[in-house]
Amino acid sequence: MSSSPRHEFLAGAQATLPLIVGAIPFGIIFGTLAQTSGLSAFGAIAMSLFVFAGSSQFIALGLLAAGAGIPIIVLTTLIVNLRHMLYSASLVPHVGHLSHPWRVLMAFGLTDETYAAVSNRFLVQKDKRLAHWFYLGSFIPMYLNWSLCTLIGITLGGVFPNIGNWGLDFAMSVTFIGMIIPYLTSRPMWAAVIVSGALALTTYSMPHKLGLILSASCGIAVGVSLLWLEQRRQYAQRGASHE
Amino acid sequence: MNEVVLILGMFLATFSVRYVLFAIAGKVTFSEGVIKALGFVPPAVLIAIVMPAIAMPQGSLWLDWRNPWLIAGGIAAIVAWVRKDLLTTIVVGMVSFALLRWWIN
Repeated sequence: MSSSPRHEFLAGAQATLPLIVGAIPFGIIFGTLAQTSGLSAFGAIAMSLFVFAGSSQFIALGLLAAGAGIPIIVLTTLIVNLRHMLYSASLVPHVGHLSHPWRVLMAFGLTDETYAAVSNRFLVQKDKRLAHWFYLGSFIPMYLNWSLCTLIGITLGGVFPNIGNWGLDFAMSVTFIGMIIPYLTSRPMWAAVIVSGALALTTYSMPHKLGLILSASCGIAVGVSLLWLEQRRQYAQRGASHE
Repeated sequence: MNEVVLILGMFLATFSVRYVLFAIAGKVTFSEGVIKALGFVPPAVLIAIVMPAIAMPQGSLWLDWRNPWLIAGGIAAIVAWVRKDLLTTIVVGMVSFALLRWWIN
């Protein structure tokens, strides 16, 4: 089968299509919520164009609305995006031959959606010489869609100035709930989420939303500890059954 | 201007995390422990944002069936558990929230 950059680009776009459809409401909701959270229309579109990280952008709005300072928002962005390092780690063996401009472009476009769409192309299929064009075919439509939906959301926010009273801010909570639930597949994960959520309520009055980082860190520590204990117990059981 | 600083900071925080391993491609591997710890990060951070938003929407703890944020959040969690579909979760959660607010008032 002959393959061309154009062919790869289109295949990447096709693989990303369902994820683009799923991202449309988030882009629109982000745009409508921006102004009610205290971000200007310019700031909202600039954030979508330059940051291009859906969950971080939503979290930034939540933190802005709550009056958090810029250092806390940037630090939270860093922590929330640490998962992208896992994505890039799995792709690293397949980008070493590419030029740095290509790597910069791919890194900028590394979202949950594009990773989900390209991981099969990069990790399963054999001929990877043109796979970066497949990646580009996923990233460019995602990027244009995200910017366009932000713009639509900003416009809707302008047409309905009291949109802040409609309870659309609840969309953020409900989106995050929908993102959290699929993680709850093990006891350590349940423990991490329960500890973090309960602590977040008790540390809510701490300045600059520091309670958020503290609660999440405690939850992660509890989850990792329980995971470690579970694995030790499994090793011990396996050892005993061999005797 | 504050927003420029904010967006620049968020850009640097996002891009550096995404680029650092690509920049040194092939020269580093994570230990298994670090990879597992990173897996806990998204849900732990997200729940720490969600819980105050739904259990204390007006600034103080409101654990009551008349709190539409809390009840609709619970409904959304059940839908997410059963359907595993983000879009359905959002739609059902938003509709329940609107109905609850209308019904309780």
